[in-house]
Amino acid sequence: MQDLGRFGYQRYGIPVAGAMDSYAAKVANILAGNAENSACLEMTLTGPTLKAINPCNIAITGADFAPTVNGERIDMWTARPVKKGDMLSFSSAQDGCRGYLTISGGIEVPSVLGSRSTYVRGGFGGYRGRTLRNGDILRGILSEPRTRIRYVPREYIPSYTSHANIRVVLGPQDDFFTENGIKTYLNSRYEVTPDSDRMGYRLSGPAIEHSKEPEIVSDGVAVGAIQVPGDRMPIVLMKDAQTTGGYPKIAHVVSPDLDRVAQLRPGDSLRFGRIEIHEAHELVSQLVKQLDHLKEHIKERGLAPEFPDDETLMRFQGAIR
Amino acid sequence: MYAEPRFLLAGDSALVAEFGDKVSPDINMKVRKLFLYLEKFPPKGIKETVPTYRSLMIHYNSLELSLETLRSELEKAIVESANMSLLGSRRITVPVKYGGDYGPDIEDVAAHNEITPEDVIRIHSSMDYLVYMIGFTPGFPYLGELPRSIACPRLTTPRVKVPAGSIGIAGTLTGIYSLESPGGWRLIGRTPLKLFDERSDPPSLLQAGDYVRFLRIAETDYENILKEIQVGKYQPEIQHFEKQ
Repeated sequence: MQDLGRFGYQRYGIPVAGAMDSYAAKVANILAGNAENSACLEMTLTGPTLKAINPCNIAITGADFAPTVNGERIDMWTARPVKKGDMLSFSSAQDGCRGYLTISGGIEVPSVLGSRSTYVRGGFGGYRGRTLRNGDILRGILSEPRTRIRYVPREYIPSYTSHANIRVVLGPQDDFFTENGIKTYLNSRYEVTPDSDRMGYRLSGPAIEHSKEPEIVSDGVAVGAIQVPGDRMPIVLMKDAQTTGGYPKIAHVVSPDLDRVAQLRPGDSLRFGRIEIHEAHELVSQLVKQLDHLKEHIKERGLAPEFPDDETLMRFQGAIR
Repeated sequence: MYAEPRFLLAGDSALVAEFGDKVSPDINMKVRKLFLYLEKFPPKGIKETVPTYRSLMIHYNSLELSLETLRSELEKAIVESANMSLLGSRRITVPVKYGGDYGPDIEDVAAHNEITPEDVIRIHSSMDYLVYMIGFTPGFPYLGELPRSIACPRLTTPRVKVPAGSIGIAGTLTGIYSLESPGGWRLIGRTPLKLFDERSDPPSLLQAGDYVRFLRIAETDYENILKEIQVGKYQPEIQHFEKQ
């Protein structure tokens, strides 16, 4: 269970947590008519099967988990009503790594230190401080069932590929690396190893050369930091990362691109490209504008699939070709 | 300590104000003063700040606060905060059962320094330690400086599970494991106190800038305090004092 994270407590050693792909989580909430920071169920690589105990409106975004309602395939990046007794089933991720499910009105879990995000290592937040298991019941706030499907125009749906170009801002310890080390870092392809999770993505590829001992007097760690310990392999620190650390950090992923890192899975690859801080800030503000724009361009269509509108017709044609 | 603080980028949402590259109470004092100043007079757009040994990390929202403005706000705050007195410092007494199952590495620490375990306890519990920062796990305090006479390197192979409350030594630092976790510090004792409780706000017993004094207790005291904590009856001993 994840909202957008727990802020104000990093000074006490508490990681931010929150949705790994915050864009997909925000869009799920926008589709559901919720506040952007409402709690979502985050699925990683495989999804659950859920039974609707009461009618509700669901929204699903993120990687394609081939969802079905009572066996009928439904689209990701849509919101729709489900009836009492409907079975909502997710398969494994067909592309990307993480998917988001939310309910109109929000999923009700207690707020701990200002957030509904689960921090599994600390055993608190979200649903009893843990990941979900068979038999758990998610409570929502009852809302009027909709009669139409809401969906996101194509241009707002990211495509999740097995290789991503990720933009970074150098620092704070880029002076711990040789010129060659930085060149290697910026000009090589790195692979996501299986030893990657909500805390960090461990990468493998060409070794990054340090110019001095790869140890610093511990300082603060921001989400998106790329630290390079003694084995000279980069680690991208993700939402559950520790708040302080003693390894030099060569760069930081710009926040809009961190969502794309979160959709990479073991075996996928990435390449880092350097940008300047003012360009990164420009990207941050563009993303906010994009979401504002999206809110005004959510589309609707009828429930009956036998009368496809232009959008589904176009996809069908694409599939034949 | 640097003649001038360095401002370092940590991505598009955080900036580091760094005062030095060593573990030292003087450097940490500068961090603490800036931290307290920003708590008192927070510029709009700062989301939170995280004090560490030698720098303050400032998390900010670039849509509300430009980097240029943030830098000049910080420069001003550093000058203004230099003369602040650190009113209301806290000294927290942390009861510890040393040795035995509670501190399985105390013999090693003693042997490493060619003293007795009794000496280790006496020295460890004879002084105030500064909480330089909280990190590693929620509520974990990094305390210093440990007298050289009981310093000891980390274990070569970290333990998979260290019980919550364990007091450890790593070089010239000492710390308290706030949650059960893996760890490589040499364990010399354990406190029944709960260092972290997500149901409290603040959730951490200690915060950066506090002082800690360890108090040696017997096994029966350990058990009694633990019981009192479980029923919510125990109040840790906290003294307030003025530190210049």
